[in-house]
Amino acid sequence: MRVLEIDNLTKRFGSLAAVRDISLKVETGELRAVIGPNGAGKTTFFNLVSGLFAPSAGSIRFDSRDITRMPAHQRVGLGMARTFQITEIFPELTVFENIRIVTEVAAGYRLRPWLSRTEKADLRGRIEELLELAALTDKTDRLVGELAHGDQRATEIIMALALKPHLLLLDEPTAGMGDQETYEITQLIRRLHKDGKLTIVLIEHDMRVVFYLADRITVLDQGRLLAEGTPREIAANEAVQNAYLGQAA
Amino acid sequence: MTAGQQRHLAVLAAVWAALLLAPYWMPLFGGYTALGSRVLVLGLGAMSVNFLLGFTGVLSFGHAAWFGLGAYGCGLTLKFVGASTPLGLLAGALVGGIAGAILGALLVRRRGIYFAMVTIAFGQVFYYIAFQWSSVTGGDDGLRGFARQPLHFELFQIDLLHNDVSFYYFVLICFAAVLAVMASILRSPFGRTMTAIRENERRARFLGIPIELHIWIAFTLSCFFMAFAGALYALVNNFADPRMLHYSLSGDFVIMAVMGGMRTFWGPLLGAVIFVVLQDYLSSVTVNWMSFIGVLIVLIVLFFPRGVLGLLPQRRTA
Repeated sequence: MRVLEIDNLTKRFGSLAAVRDISLKVETGELRAVIGPNGAGKTTFFNLVSGLFAPSAGSIRFDSRDITRMPAHQRVGLGMARTFQITEIFPELTVFENIRIVTEVAAGYRLRPWLSRTEKADLRGRIEELLELAALTDKTDRLVGELAHGDQRATEIIMALALKPHLLLLDEPTAGMGDQETYEITQLIRRLHKDGKLTIVLIEHDMRVVFYLADRITVLDQGRLLAEGTPREIAANEAVQNAYLGQAA
Repeated sequence: MTAGQQRHLAVLAAVWAALLLAPYWMPLFGGYTALGSRVLVLGLGAMSVNFLLGFTGVLSFGHAAWFGLGAYGCGLTLKFVGASTPLGLLAGALVGGIAGAILGALLVRRRGIYFAMVTIAFGQVFYYIAFQWSSVTGGDDGLRGFARQPLHFELFQIDLLHNDVSFYYFVLICFAAVLAVMASILRSPFGRTMTAIRENERRARFLGIPIELHIWIAFTLSCFFMAFAGALYALVNNFADPRMLHYSLSGDFVIMAVMGGMRTFWGPLLGAVIFVVLQDYLSSVTVNWMSFIGVLIVLIVLFFPRGVLGLLPQRRTA
């Protein structure tokens, strides 16, 4: 089954077309990397898919359902979660509090004036599970704003995960990270994909990460779809080399 | 129990003890009981503003509108509908709260300065209505001709009008009841979504929280609290006047919240104590009392940017 089916997606800002006529399909369980030079329209593409703003033309289907005009929070309700290029978390709250808010919302408690003992205990179990997954258990009571960059990233990813999505959109998860942090985040993403059976679409600049993780790669250039294929095909693609890989080397 | 929790309980006990015994210790410092009632009511108003400002991150600069509507709702009910203190309070809270709910629905898409400007505009509309509609509201002279009524119980009744101490305790009970509701909302999952919106609206949206709905609910709750405080204020003075709706009073509430510490639950009450007591004292000494309060505000904002209570280390809820 297809998780994501995008047809002729276009976004214009005034006279500038940031995304032009992009069509692509993401299969269940796939890990898709979206790459391209700066200004290729990758983040705009993500913002359209996640509902931060509406496309100028084209359609987006999620689990065979048309979500082109659906508000962002409802897409989350259907099982789509995302992270941002610049980490978006609740900096003045602790790691625990950050995760607790998400688990409560995910459990459908967001309007509840109180919780029962069993509900609280269930949530606590879920929170501990997530903290363990990202190796944050010993930092539970630290303010997220005070954590190292890599730990903030990890917090954002498990917050997205706490929503129990079946599609996870990651916008440059390793941006601004050192080698060790990049390695840890990459392993976390790989676990989510392989063990968690999550469908993941990620934007990434670090080619080691892309070629290590991706099942398929989509290359954007100047808002257009330049190429799509397996890592092997993309590495061999001449247009891609000219537009992007050649440039980097 | 951790040391932090123990200290928190000790502070809470001290606050409530001070409030419970206020009619007995205040005269020692030149205070009087009616001043205590006024501090409680204006403090409740400042806490209602802060429910939105400090905990949802939304600045309303026209909250006096709901305060004043509560006062007029209470006063008009006592004057024309029925001579019952609880009925007046209920009517006041409903009038202001429902008006807030309706107008709030028009506001929730605005943010920051735009939100603040529109709330001022709404407040001024009510101010001019109260000012002009003399036949009902008494116009600039204010609404008179009503007084708080005794509370009737099976076996006895309590005189609230002539006995300042019993009225103080009545206000204190109302104050405590609203605070209990407020605190339990802030500790609920809904309250935590308010904090989420304050901390990072975009993240909150992408956690699946419908931001506009949640801001509207928080705004409406805050309007109900505010209107209830306004209704109590009408009882404190046996009087309601258009200045209770004016944006300068809205500004006073925001000042109280900021001075006391807007990220804290109790800060706005402390801000109200400072503001109201200074106002009471200074205005008997000089007509320029506001300039002294102004200097104090500048000093507090410069040296305690998070308010007086913002100095204390915050309790972590783990």
